[in-house]
Amino acid sequence: MVLVLADSPNGQLKKGSFEAVTYGKKVADAMGTQCAALVLGNAGDAGQLGQYGAAKVIHINNDQLNNFDSQVYTSVVADVAKQVGAQVVIVSHSSAGKSLIGRLAVRLDAGSVAGVNQLPTVDGGFKVKKNVFSGKAIAEFEISSPVKVLSLMGNSIPVESTGSAVAAESMDVNIPASKVTVKERKTIDGTVPLPEAELVVSAGRGMKGPENWGIIEELATELGATTACSRPVADTGWRPHHEHVGQTGVAIRPNLYIAAGISGAIQHLAGVNSSKVIVVINKDPEAPFFKAADYGIVGDLFDVVPRITESLKKYKAAN
Amino acid sequence: MKILVCVSKTPETTAKISFSGTDFDTAGVQFIMNPYDEWYALVRALELKEAHGGTVTIINVGPASNDPVIRKGLAIGADDAVRINAEPQSALTAAKYIAEYAKTGGFDLILTGKETIDYNGSEVGGMVAELLDLPYISYANHLDVNGTAATVSRDIEGGTEVVEVSTPIVVSAAKGMAEQRIPNMRGIMMAKRKPLNVVEPGAASDHAKVVSYEMPQGKTTVKMIDPENMDELVRLLHEEAKVI
Ligand SMILES: Cc1cc2nc3c(=O)[nH]c(=O)nc-3n(C[C@H](O)[C@H](O)[C@H](O)COP(=O)(O)OP(=O)(O)OC[C@H]3O[C@@H](n4cnc5c(N)ncnc54)[C@H](O)[C@@H]3O)c2cc1C
Ligand SMILES: Cc1cc2nc3c(=O)[nH]c(=O)nc-3n(C[C@H](O)[C@H](O)[C@H](O)COP(=O)(O)OP(=O)(O)OC[C@H]3O[C@@H](n4cnc5c(N)ncnc54)[C@H](O)[C@@H]3O)c2cc1C
Repeated sequence: MVLVLADSPNGQLKKGSFEAVTYGKKVADAMGTQCAALVLGNAGDAGQLGQYGAAKVIHINNDQLNNFDSQVYTSVVADVAKQVGAQVVIVSHSSAGKSLIGRLAVRLDAGSVAGVNQLPTVDGGFKVKKNVFSGKAIAEFEISSPVKVLSLMGNSIPVESTGSAVAAESMDVNIPASKVTVKERKTIDGTVPLPEAELVVSAGRGMKGPENWGIIEELATELGATTACSRPVADTGWRPHHEHVGQTGVAIRPNLYIAAGISGAIQHLAGVNSSKVIVVINKDPEAPFFKAADYGIVGDLFDVVPRITESLKKYKAAN
Repeated sequence: MKILVCVSKTPETTAKISFSGTDFDTAGVQFIMNPYDEWYALVRALELKEAHGGTVTIINVGPASNDPVIRKGLAIGADDAVRINAEPQSALTAAKYIAEYAKTGGFDLILTGKETIDYNGSEVGGMVAELLDLPYISYANHLDVNGTAATVSRDIEGGTEVVEVSTPIVVSAAKGMAEQRIPNMRGIMMAKRKPLNVVEPGAASDHAKVVSYEMPQGKTTVKMIDPENMDELVRLLHEEAKVI
């Protein structure tokens, strides 16, 4: 059995979970077994995970699981993994998944690879790839233990709806008391968080100052994109820390990354060069970022960015 | 308060990454302390010690060639250091050695970085916590400890979450927790006399290891677009790149 833990922060299943189940189904097919999805706490309709290939959906809808605690979750996931005889346990490489993968590996005496972005090969040993050195290289790992734990990087696999919804079932598990009390949860509503965003508009020091960000926000709104920034921009407080992408910020892999007024330093590229398509706007034709770009525009961003927004509006009106 | 800070050694951020066969080619590569460990975990540990008293010990699992990185940690202000003399081939091995040592130390707080910038695992902290059966708060951007009561704010998707928990705990440090400190001359001189204990490890086995490396495919050539003609960009993103 392949067991996939589906994240449901704020009581809702997320795209990352659909990706993880799609991935889990493909791993299960390759291994000649089935995929089960596990949902913990309040999550709305868990049975919908059947659509993405889960043959079985286990939903432990207990209030004690509404808040994430790595210790409690580890205990419950490991318990379920043992009950269903999981050979592979998959979590999303999300804030919850990253807190769990190490613990689960210890608890299940399993080899683990964090942040995988491709399907494993299972003939002649279980091998799977991930980016290492902040995206500067790719490593293939071999896991030799009977049980394996993986966390799946967001946007690594397109969601595939191949099956149909199933009836979620519960399971008897022991839920230990949590030692962690959640006091407060602050999330920005309305925008897709950076690690999950498919479209990202990012800007750097070329913006001259925080008061100029309006044109970036307008473009992002027009696209339905999430905003990001380079490190110095976050360090000087022009933008919030959570927007900082790069080697020492958030690593992202959106479908489209638009960078305006960012030079393309190696540490910046390390966090964004897995993006599928990169558009670079810079007034300096020698900016290093152009070497990592698919589309380049040499020009003043204060002219170019509003022009893109206008063209998008025109395009939307025509289509 | 007794604090243990786990520090790892990573290639410097601009280092060129290449491989000879299946090994990372370290020729000409400069190594540094993993930025999250140095900038955030270690500095916050020192701030807590300055505010409440106690000790800050740093631990590294690695060979003798890691000593300069460890000495830098001492120069920044840690009281003493431990190096487990092993070359860990996986996060699990590193974590087992750290946990084994931590068991004997009675630490109130164990800090790690949120992840290394080489293997990008973000696994070691959780593994240590599980091995010691302690709460683990990851990606912390703020940490306060008062007696045994810790308040931690951590990064979650699109926001932050504030939690309360009693020590002993394991916390992984992210941006925001502290500001980088540059060691001064006095710190560097004092570091030479601070204890760096080398511990020989027991046996450990790896369940996962790297079998090969490859370089990512670079972008082919960039298509330049006339800055006056953004209709063309939108057309290309739609028709050619198919991302909008
Ligand atoms: C250990 C370490 C870790 C780091 N980690 C990160 C990281 O995670 N993320 C990160 O981003 N950086 C990181 N950095 C910093 C990195 O080295 C660069 O300094 C940083 O990325 C530069 O930011 P920038 O491109 O916004 O600014 P700059 O390098 O100053 O570039 C500004 C660009 O804007 C262009 N420009 C100016 N005006 C205009 C205009 N009107 N129209 C169009 N273009 C214009 C300029 O030509 C220039 O290319 C790290 C550095 C170190 C040492
Ligand atoms: C010769 C050689 C071969 C290696 N081969 C592999 C390999 O095949 N696969 C692999 O994953 N790694 C390999 N490593 C790297 C090494 O084992 C890493 O320390 C370990 O994998 C942790 O990486 P991570 O990214 O999972 O750590 P993370 O879980 O991302 O680290 C989080 C935090 O844990 C702490 N930490 C991590 N490592 C150490 C350490 N060694 N000592 C003290 N604290 C630490 C730090 O605070 C760090 O910020 C190799 C190293 C050497 C020298």
